[in-house]
Amino acid sequence: MSQQVDININQLFIDKFSDFEHQLNGQKTLPIHDLRKKALHKFKELGIPNSHEEYKYTNFKKALTKNFTFNQLFKSKNDSSSFGNDYIINELEGNVLVFINGQFSESDSHFKSDEIDIKPLANAYSENPDTIAQHFGNYSKNNEDSYALLNSTYCNNGVFAQIGKNKIVNTPIIIYYISDARADEAVSFPRNLIVAESGSESSIIEVYSTIGEKNSFSNAVTEIVVEENAILNYFKILNETEHVYHVGLTQASQKKNSTINAHSYTFGGGIIRNNLHIAQEDENCTTNMFGLYLLNGNSHIDNHTEVDHKRPNSYSNELYKGILDEKSTGVFNGKIFVRREAQKTNAFQSNKNILLTNDATINSKPQLEIWADDVKCSHGCTTGQMDEEALFYLRARGIDKDKARAMLLYAFSIDVLKNVTIEPLKKYLDHIIAQRFNQEEL
Amino acid sequence: MLNITNLKASVEGKEILKGINLEVKPGEVHAIMGPNGSGKSTLASVLAGREEYNVDGGEVSFNGDDLLELSPEDRAREGVFLAFQYPIEIPGVSTTNFLKTAVNQVREYRGLEALDAVSFLSIMKEKMKLVEIDQSLLSRPLNEGFSGGEKKRNEIFQMAMLAPTLAILDETDSGLDIDALRIVANGVNKLKSEKNATIVVTHYQRLLDYIVPDFVHVLYNGKIVKSGTKELAMELEEKGYDWIKEEANSVV
Repeated sequence: MSQQVDININQLFIDKFSDFEHQLNGQKTLPIHDLRKKALHKFKELGIPNSHEEYKYTNFKKALTKNFTFNQLFKSKNDSSSFGNDYIINELEGNVLVFINGQFSESDSHFKSDEIDIKPLANAYSENPDTIAQHFGNYSKNNEDSYALLNSTYCNNGVFAQIGKNKIVNTPIIIYYISDARADEAVSFPRNLIVAESGSESSIIEVYSTIGEKNSFSNAVTEIVVEENAILNYFKILNETEHVYHVGLTQASQKKNSTINAHSYTFGGGIIRNNLHIAQEDENCTTNMFGLYLLNGNSHIDNHTEVDHKRPNSYSNELYKGILDEKSTGVFNGKIFVRREAQKTNAFQSNKNILLTNDATINSKPQLEIWADDVKCSHGCTTGQMDEEALFYLRARGIDKDKARAMLLYAFSIDVLKNVTIEPLKKYLDHIIAQRFNQEEL
Repeated sequence: MLNITNLKASVEGKEILKGINLEVKPGEVHAIMGPNGSGKSTLASVLAGREEYNVDGGEVSFNGDDLLELSPEDRAREGVFLAFQYPIEIPGVSTTNFLKTAVNQVREYRGLEALDAVSFLSIMKEKMKLVEIDQSLLSRPLNEGFSGGEKKRNEIFQMAMLAPTLAILDETDSGLDIDALRIVANGVNKLKSEKNATIVVTHYQRLLDYIVPDFVHVLYNGKIVKSGTKELAMELEEKGYDWIKEEANSVV
């Protein structure tokens, strides 16, 4: 069991900074270190949210205080040789970068830099100073999210990817963030910067998984910029156990005529918070957001999404679905901003939940703020039990109750999956969903 | 085959069936007619095992078994089929996959081997012709976006695939134009044999021009108040239900 020693979590994160600086060696002189210090400064002001509105239903403070010592905030390098490659998505080929407890594992990674400039972020600080200066921290700078600040303070590594102008890249970038929590608690601050240059098309897949039974905490930030006419498919997949605490911010900025398809899949975890913020900076942007969460036990999932329509003629569509079993809890908060200038915006949002027990709960909150007057916006959220009529229909055809139930839950879930165009990934997700409901696959 | 004795049922505390008696033998077609709210659909639902209905009394035996003791799925496996008045749309489940699961679960119950994909498809092709249903419809999610006629045709197609001994058609004619009605009725007629029976629940006589009943029963106020042959249905079409109501009320 975890040690029951209460710590002052805010003070701890502040105090550890000098240790962190020491192990950075030469990197302290790089410009990004100034950003770290600024972030720390701001974090000192704000601290870990306790009763903050944005974290009303999702309070990590207690979990972090009770379940972690943070004695080893900056672990030495690990390799995967001792735990095999179960975390790998079968048949999914691409540029693979593996991080274990936040540290880049070169021996597990393989990627080519011919179509994309791709490397561990720690190398990019010195090798790509201009891109870093232009983009790093630029999209999350106005974000006063304490966890994003904490990430900016302690982040060291992750993925840097710059997809060149008009490059159509069919091989996805696959990032595996593995927490090795076998011997001790695992803590990491993954950080990614993705720059999709104009006219490019590419896919990024972030996969989080944990090995071992000790607690793990990961605090991630992914910054994405999608330039004019570019298309980016972004996936975030968490297939985690009850000992896993994760908070992550994906902050994207879209330029004219660009498209983002963002997918979020969460299959379990202790407390999981996904923040997905997309800003449409210019006209004719398309934003699709698809999410699925399947929870049981005492898992808690919180999906906060935000799309900010700033200029005219843009489109956003959001579909988030969840099934909550046993004592699991969920939060969906979907913000849609349509600024005064953003006329002719079409924005749609839908959140659908099935609660399988009386103990499972969901708080679903659509939040539409519209200042423009010529727009089409709609939202809907439904939360309910199994559809008894549909269940009866299947049973009336000779299908037993459990099987009928499984078919319906599976069908409810894979509705989200139909938007996944990378076949091996779709197969992998389908397999997880099918297994969850003990159902034959597609 | 089916023996209903003094069946009483209620929903949410409201008594709807107040003592139904009905015997159906193999090879027979029975029509249950009656004004709106008389309990026709309740009878169909109770026979199929819909759980929101409470059975308050009476017995239903089906081929010697106590039908009311069986789960909805076991009733289907024993050979009872309900064609729904409002077939449910189920996004994400293709008609083909759904039916394959259903057919194989029924076969398993009867001690038969599961059909492999090839034999299932060949049976499906054969039955598709019978009810004039198109392959493209069957690869779509179950009933999703189907027209009223397509849904009803799909019901009869499912019936063909499951080959029930007792088919209960609940207002299958509702919402159908005359062409769709003819196709659906043809399907039902082709499936008829000396071994199976059909109960047609309907408000109008129209369907009975195509599916000719051996017996017609008029349900009113939760009871069968009149039984006869197909001529009774003609008389109802001509005179409406008021005279039945008057007759029934005067008896009370």
